[in-house]
Amino acid sequence: MKRHLLSAADLSRADAELILSTAAELRELADRPIKKLPALRGRTVVNLFFEDSTRTRISFEAAAKRLSADVINFAAKGSSLSKGESLKDTALTLEAMGADAVVVRHGASGAPHRLAHSGWVRSSVVNGGDGTHEHPTQALLDAFTMSRHLGQGQARSLDGRRIVIVGDVLHSRVARSNALLLHTLGAEVTLVAPPTLLPVGVGTWPVEVSYDLDAALPKADAVMMLRVQRERMHGGFFPTAREYSRRYGLDGKRMATLQDHTIVMHPGPMVRGMEITADVADSDRSVIVEQVTNGVAVRMAVLYLLLGGSTPAVGGEE
Amino acid sequence: MSEYLIKNVAVLGGTPTDLLLRDGVIADPADAPADAEVIDASGLIALPGLVDLHTHLREPGREDAETVETGTRAAALGGFTAVHAMANTEPVADTAGVVEQVWRLGREAGYCDVYPVGAVTVGLDGERLAELGAMADSAARVRVFSDDGRCVSDAVLMRRALEYVKAFDGVVAQHAQEPRLTVDAQMNEGELSGRLGLAGWPAVAEEAIIARDVLLAQHVGSRLHVCHVSTSGSVELIRWAKGKGVDVTAEACPHHLLLTDELAATYDPIYKVNPPLRSAADVAALQEGLADGTIDIVATDHAPHPHEDKDCEWAAAAFGMLGLETALSIVQQTMVDPGRLDWAGVAERMSYAPARIGRVSDRHGRPVQVGEPANVVLYDPGARRTIEPSESASLSRNTPYRGMELPGRVVATFLRGKATVLDGKLA
Ligand SMILES: [Zn+2]
Repeated sequence: MKRHLLSAADLSRADAELILSTAAELRELADRPIKKLPALRGRTVVNLFFEDSTRTRISFEAAAKRLSADVINFAAKGSSLSKGESLKDTALTLEAMGADAVVVRHGASGAPHRLAHSGWVRSSVVNGGDGTHEHPTQALLDAFTMSRHLGQGQARSLDGRRIVIVGDVLHSRVARSNALLLHTLGAEVTLVAPPTLLPVGVGTWPVEVSYDLDAALPKADAVMMLRVQRERMHGGFFPTAREYSRRYGLDGKRMATLQDHTIVMHPGPMVRGMEITADVADSDRSVIVEQVTNGVAVRMAVLYLLLGGSTPAVGGEE
Repeated sequence: MSEYLIKNVAVLGGTPTDLLLRDGVIADPADAPADAEVIDASGLIALPGLVDLHTHLREPGREDAETVETGTRAAALGGFTAVHAMANTEPVADTAGVVEQVWRLGREAGYCDVYPVGAVTVGLDGERLAELGAMADSAARVRVFSDDGRCVSDAVLMRRALEYVKAFDGVVAQHAQEPRLTVDAQMNEGELSGRLGLAGWPAVAEEAIIARDVLLAQHVGSRLHVCHVSTSGSVELIRWAKGKGVDVTAEACPHHLLLTDELAATYDPIYKVNPPLRSAADVAALQEGLADGTIDIVATDHAPHPHEDKDCEWAAAAFGMLGLETALSIVQQTMVDPGRLDWAGVAERMSYAPARIGRVSDRHGRPVQVGEPANVVLYDPGARRTIEPSESASLSRNTPYRGMELPGRVVATFLRGKATVLDGKLA
C-alpha cells in the first residue's frame, strides 16, 4: 500500500471510496458526546507547517487527537524559499522524534514529494497543501461534502454529477486535486476562469474548460468558488477586481440560475465581494461551514487508513 | 617532457595509424626515438582536444562549488584541452583585472587552457557596457562576451554590444531568456508544469530573444552566438537566419540532447537547469539541428553547485548541472551511435567550430595531423561506464546522470604533447 498521500492522483477509485466511507463512519462521532477513538494511541503525528494556515492545521490536529494520536505542531514559518536546507533539517529533526506521520504544508510545489522520496524521513507523508500543486485532503473533504448533499453519502453518487470550479485555477492547489479526484469518482468537472488564470496544457486534463460562467451554472450540481488572491490583481491577470467580479463572481443574480439542489462551496478563506457575494456565502445553498466539519472526519479517515487501519487502503504499492 | 608514440589509433575513427607527440606538436612517427613512451591505442579513436565554449569554473567567488584547478581537471578527464570560463563569478569578470586573474589561474593549473569570457555589461546588470576593449586587449585576449546566467534583454544595449565588439573581432554569446516571461520560472512550460504546479519557462521566452538578436545581428552586420539552444522553435529560427546569411552560431548542451522535462516529475532539483529540460520533440529537433549543422557546436554549460543547493525543494534549488566529464559520452550516445554524426562531425562540433567561434583556432581545434599542436584525445567508444558522482574531479556532485550507463571513455588527453590524462586518470 502507498505510505504517503501526496497527490489526488495517488488514489484509485477504490481507495477514494474507502476513505469517504470511513470518513462517513467517523463523521458520526462528531455528533456523539465522546468524540475520541483509541485507533492511533501511541502514534505520533507531526503537523509541519511552513505556511500559515490555521484552519488546515487545526483540522489535522483535531483529526489526530480524536484518534488518540500524539500531536506535535511544528511551525517553520517563512524560512524555506530563501534557505532551502531548512526543509531537510526540519525533516531530520522530526525523524529523530519518531514521527509516524508528517502532515506537511509548504509554499514550494513538490516539497511533500521531496520529503517522502529523499530518504530524509521514514514516516508517512501527507500533503497538507504544497505551493500551486495539490491539496488532496481538501479535495477529499469537498467530495465528501458533495456526496452527502448530492447522493445520501454514497461516493458512487458523484457519477455523472456536474461540478463547476470557478476562478484562479492557475495558482490553485485545490483545483488541481479536485479535478483529479472528482474525475476518479466519475464526476464531470468544468473549470471556469479567464484564460489568463488557466494553466498551459489544461486541455489535456480530464475536464471541460469554459470562459463563460453564465453558460456553465444552470447545469451544475455543485459550484466551487476559488479564492482570488489580492496579489494576482497586480500581476495583470485581469484588469480590475470589479471586472473580475462581474464576469466570474457568484452573486445572487447568478445563484438564481442554479438548479434547486445545487450547492455552493468554497475552500476558504473567502474574499467576500470579490469571487462571492455575502448573500451567496450565507445562503441555504452554501455548505461552506459544513466543509470545515467534514474536513476533520476526512482527515481522520486518511490518518487512520495510512497509519492504523487494519485494511490499509490509501493507494496501491509504492 | 615525455614523447608519446601512439600505436594503432583510429584518427577520427578512420584507418588505424601511429602518432608521435613530440615537443608539443604532432610529429612523424617514423622519427620516434627509442625511449618514446608507447601507448597501444588499438580499438581507440583519436580526436582533436575538445574545446568548451561554455564552462562555469566558479572562481573567483564560489570556490565551495568549483575552482579553476578542479574544473580544469574535470575538463581534462572529459577530453577537453580548452575551456571558456563564463563571466558570472563574484566579482563578475567585467574588467581586465578579473579576466587576467582567471586566465592566470588556468595557466597555473595546467590541465587545460582557460579562456575567460568577459561580461557584456557591468556586473551583469544589463545597464551599461563593461570595458569590453580593455578585456580584449588584456593578457587574457578575451573574444567571447556574455552575461550568461542573465540575458542582455535591452534591445539597444544588445545592439551596441554587437556593434562594439566588431572592433576586436569579438562575439556576443547570448543567454536567450526574455526576463519578464520567465519571472520565477522553474521548468519547461507545458502540460507537465501545469500539473506539477511549477512555474513555467515557456519556449517563446527563448525564441523571442533569438528572433530579435538574429535580426539585430543582420542589421548591424555583427557576429552573434546563441548559448544553450533548447527548443525546436529556436532551431527553426537559427536555420532561417543562416539561410538569410546572418553571421550566427549556436550551441546545444549535452543534457538538452538527452534528457526531457518528464524528469521534473521527480521534483528532484538535480534535474533543474536553465534553460530547462524540454520535451522529447525539442530534444529530437536539437539532435537534427546538430546533425545538419544548424547548431554549430556542443557546449557543456558545466555548472557546479554545492550539495546543499540541490538537496532541497525544487523552487529553492540552484539551476545547473555538471557536464564536462560526460559530454563526449552523451554526444556518442545521442549522435554517433544512432548514426546522426560520424567522428569527424564530432570533431567539428566539439573542437574545430568552438575554437573558431572563440577565436582560438591558432592553438586549438586543429586537425590531428603532423605539424599541428599536440592537443589530442584518445577515446574508447566501445567502453561502457556507470556514472558515479563521487568519482568526479569536480568539487561538486550535481550530475543528472547518476547511475546511468553511458558509452565511451576518455583514455588519454594531451595538452601540447603533455599528458593531462592517462589510463583514464589524471596524469
Ligand atoms: Zn546560460
